[in-house]
Amino acid sequence: MLLEELHELAEKEKAGRKQICVRCCMSAGCMSSQADEIKKVMEKAVVDNNLTDKVEIRRVGCMGFCGQGPMISIESEGLLYENVTPESAPSIIQALAGGKTDVQKGDPNHPFFARQELVVRAQGGRIDPERIEDYIEIGGYSALHRVVHELQPAQVVEAITQSGLRGRGGAGFPTGLKWATVAKSKGERKYVVCNGDEGDPGAFMDRSVLESDPHTVLEGMAIAGYAVGATQGYLYVRAEYPLAISRLQIAIKQAKQKGVLGEGVFESTFNFNVEIRIGAGAFVCGEETALMASIEGRRGQPRPRPPFPAEKGLWGFPTLINNVETFANIVHIITRGAAWYASLGTAKSKGTKVFALTGSIRNNGLIEVPMGITIRDIVEGLGGGAPEGKQIKAVQTGGPSGGCIPASLFDTPVDYDSLMKVGSIMGSGGMVVMDNSTNMVDVARFYMQFCMEESCGKCIPCRVGTLQMYNLLDKILKRQGTMKDLELLEELCDMVKNTSLCGLGQTAPNPVISTLRYFRNEYLELLQPDEGEPAALNGNGKTAEAAATR
Amino acid sequence: MKETKPPLPSQDKRWKIIDAKMRKLGYKPHALIETLHAVQQAFGFLEDVALKWVAKSLHVPPSRVYGVATFYNFFTLKPQGAHTCVVCLGTACYVKGAAKIVDAIGAFAGIKSGETTPDKQLSLLSARCIGACGIAPTVVYDGNVAGRLTPEQAVEKLKGYLTHAA
Repeated sequence: MLLEELHELAEKEKAGRKQICVRCCMSAGCMSSQADEIKKVMEKAVVDNNLTDKVEIRRVGCMGFCGQGPMISIESEGLLYENVTPESAPSIIQALAGGKTDVQKGDPNHPFFARQELVVRAQGGRIDPERIEDYIEIGGYSALHRVVHELQPAQVVEAITQSGLRGRGGAGFPTGLKWATVAKSKGERKYVVCNGDEGDPGAFMDRSVLESDPHTVLEGMAIAGYAVGATQGYLYVRAEYPLAISRLQIAIKQAKQKGVLGEGVFESTFNFNVEIRIGAGAFVCGEETALMASIEGRRGQPRPRPPFPAEKGLWGFPTLINNVETFANIVHIITRGAAWYASLGTAKSKGTKVFALTGSIRNNGLIEVPMGITIRDIVEGLGGGAPEGKQIKAVQTGGPSGGCIPASLFDTPVDYDSLMKVGSIMGSGGMVVMDNSTNMVDVARFYMQFCMEESCGKCIPCRVGTLQMYNLLDKILKRQGTMKDLELLEELCDMVKNTSLCGLGQTAPNPVISTLRYFRNEYLELLQPDEGEPAALNGNGKTAEAAATR
Repeated sequence: MKETKPPLPSQDKRWKIIDAKMRKLGYKPHALIETLHAVQQAFGFLEDVALKWVAKSLHVPPSRVYGVATFYNFFTLKPQGAHTCVVCLGTACYVKGAAKIVDAIGAFAGIKSGETTPDKQLSLLSARCIGACGIAPTVVYDGNVAGRLTPEQAVEKLKGYLTHAA
């Protein structure tokens, strides 16, 4: 395909649009509440009300406000409908023809939407993820065209470096530096891998991006391929995300048909193919070396680094591996410029971050906010605070590798370094709000059970350590533990953190460490007196007091 | 040495679908996980005869095939019930009471998570996180996601699925 053809296709799409576009969220959350049925009955209602010349029903991706789904948006009329059902949906169309509807109306200017800064998620709730034409209409694939025809690979790497983008998988490694390393590495072949193994429980940002805007990720991967000199890409997606997998398959097929992926991208000499690899339910495969082992068809067990994948990755060749959200940022950096991107966020954490705001909160769903926003702004501003009668106690970020941030620290800005300082991590974007009914020792045990079951078993500190820590937490929770057990637990936290092979083990103690740091009393309240030391109960004893001031 | 392809284990047409998958990936060892996905999709679980045949076809030792099949949670070596019920135990679902749903369904069906009823009608499973946290807590019945459930509603819905043929 040539640039003219790309523009022509976009124009043709625009010309074919009808006056009113009714957007119907068909992402996994809304689909579970019969969104496909809703779309069908609305299409029928358009015919029944003689509105076929004026109104079109469009399948779109996630609009974000999952807690109020299924959602219907009619932008031209400034309308947003929530909690739609197949029974109530036809009345929405009747209302367009002058009738009435009593479907719950949402406010498009609700703080949940108004406080967001959309980059990665800007297109998701607007285009049909199963039609490449929709993506091209809004300017899709023109960044890739520009890259392969106007820029040198080194210029692309430079742009990414200048943007200040850091890896969105959680650790926050500078993306430009990673690209530059792979570009410099020598290898007969190179690979680009997209990590879509979103394993953190309570996180679904990547699922939403893949389901709602698959082409953005593919385009980002292709740009990366050009920049580092790779011709083959792998997109590793969890088996738990069937809708994302099927939409990606459709997207890859359409991109190849249009000549924007495959042999001779945009009739240049650059070739780039993408294949999907489906995960099989192993959390550890989110770790990059384990993920590559899995792509190679082996057990997903990590190996020591160095050598880093950038030097020796898939089948021993230099491999660039980035997270879904990282790739989804690339197109915007190329299109709008590195300087624009660097103007968003804070000095050391640029851009925006998508979070899955869930748990005990009034407005739950997906949000995209500029880095540097405070946790309070997110929880109280966008999230609307606790549901009636509840009081928010903490926010958990980073899943099993992260920590709990207590309400007293809600003024902490959300950036890589500040979150690290308060004992949590940015993580991939899960943000689970917990209220007073949640026991923090139980939360710690929940995550430890997760890590224990997901430990791959390769290194002893993680395999045995997580089991022992789980047993200790379980003992304490059952009111059978003593101060000695707590001390042993802390010792184990330190050991597992410092001696495990990969990120899973190194971060597994984090939920325990952070809950001990901020909610130590909840542990102490459960402890039984040590033999011969009956005074240690309830935080009133000497031992407990000494421990609390540590 | 000329490589010989092992014969299909039986006349069952499903083997051909799996063979096509392996052919598409060049019968390379790295096709193993993709192939096991195809086997499980076709047969519902990974039986011994399939594992042995896949090992021969992809030129990998049976130990490695077994190692991979048992490493990943998604693969099962046991046949599943006619209906499956997967309770999501992700963090958002957990803090909203998913454990009580598991207990309620378990009590109703008389099985624990990971088990299948003796009449082979129902398998009760749990998932790490299905990514539908906005509507937590969630349960997946025969592949259909249902959200915002109480333990009672979860059991009621299950009854509905069980009365329909798989």
